Amino acid sequence: MAVLMEKVFPVEAGAYGTAGEASTTIKRTLKQLGVGAEVLRHVSVACYEVELNLVIHSLGGTLTLQVEPDKVTLISKDVGPGIPDIEKAMTEGFSTANEEARTLGFGAGMGLPNMKRNSTEFDIQSEVGVGTTITMSFALK
Amino acid sequence: MTIGEVKSILEAKVLVGEERMEEPVVTACGSDLMSDVLAFVKDRTVLITGLINPHVVRTSEMLDITCIVFSRGKLPSQEILEEAEESGITVMSTEMTTYTACGELYVHGLPGTKKRAGGEGA
Repeated sequence: MAVLMEKVFPVEAGAYGTAGEASTTIKRTLKQLGVGAEVLRHVSVACYEVELNLVIHSLGGTLTLQVEPDKVTLISKDVGPGIPDIEKAMTEGFSTANEEARTLGFGAGMGLPNMKRNSTEFDIQSEVGVGTTITMSFALK
Repeated sequence: MTIGEVKSILEAKVLVGEERMEEPVVTACGSDLMSDVLAFVKDRTVLITGLINPHVVRTSEMLDITCIVFSRGKLPSQEILEEAEESGITVMSTEMTTYTACGELYVHGLPGTKKRAGGEGA
């Protein structure tokens, strides 16, 4: 279906101070478009989790928002380091987050499972030394 | 329960959102771990936390948490308060510990969150 809107947000590795700004903008954009409160919350939670993951774990990347008439899609694409064991990374409680992330209240190993739980469709592709791409879509009722 | 009742039960000082005392809240959550808050919280929740940084406000905005109470008399920075103001989130500070603040709200009838944010029971 036709993409009504596409926006790309660069996310810098280690930028803890500004982490979450892209998600805030995305939430406000979708709210203006009239996306319902419940779907909006699912998108926002997954978006915030994935943006934090980019800041905490990646070497930098982008977060892309696509809006279609029947769904919202978020694509997180980074330039490394890649995830060696995706199954392990998807396990609740497993975390490789550093001390800085933990001090801020993150890194409990809930991020990826929480993204999957909040999205209608969830896909993760990763190659060590290349990067990770996470695609999440959210059906608009 | 209204935000105003939360204020009086916790003997809290309102730092942002004095005009929203009549707004209702349906549940509460006490946590310093934003990862857990993101996984469990739902709409119209009061968050009681001892953690002070801008991510508490950002996490709350994502979840439609309408009220944040900082425990043990902690006071957030001006930057955090401005971010809350912009997000339309009420912010208070109570002298109570997180445990006591949660207990007080619970005995006054405000339940905890039961379902995961994603909708599955947990």
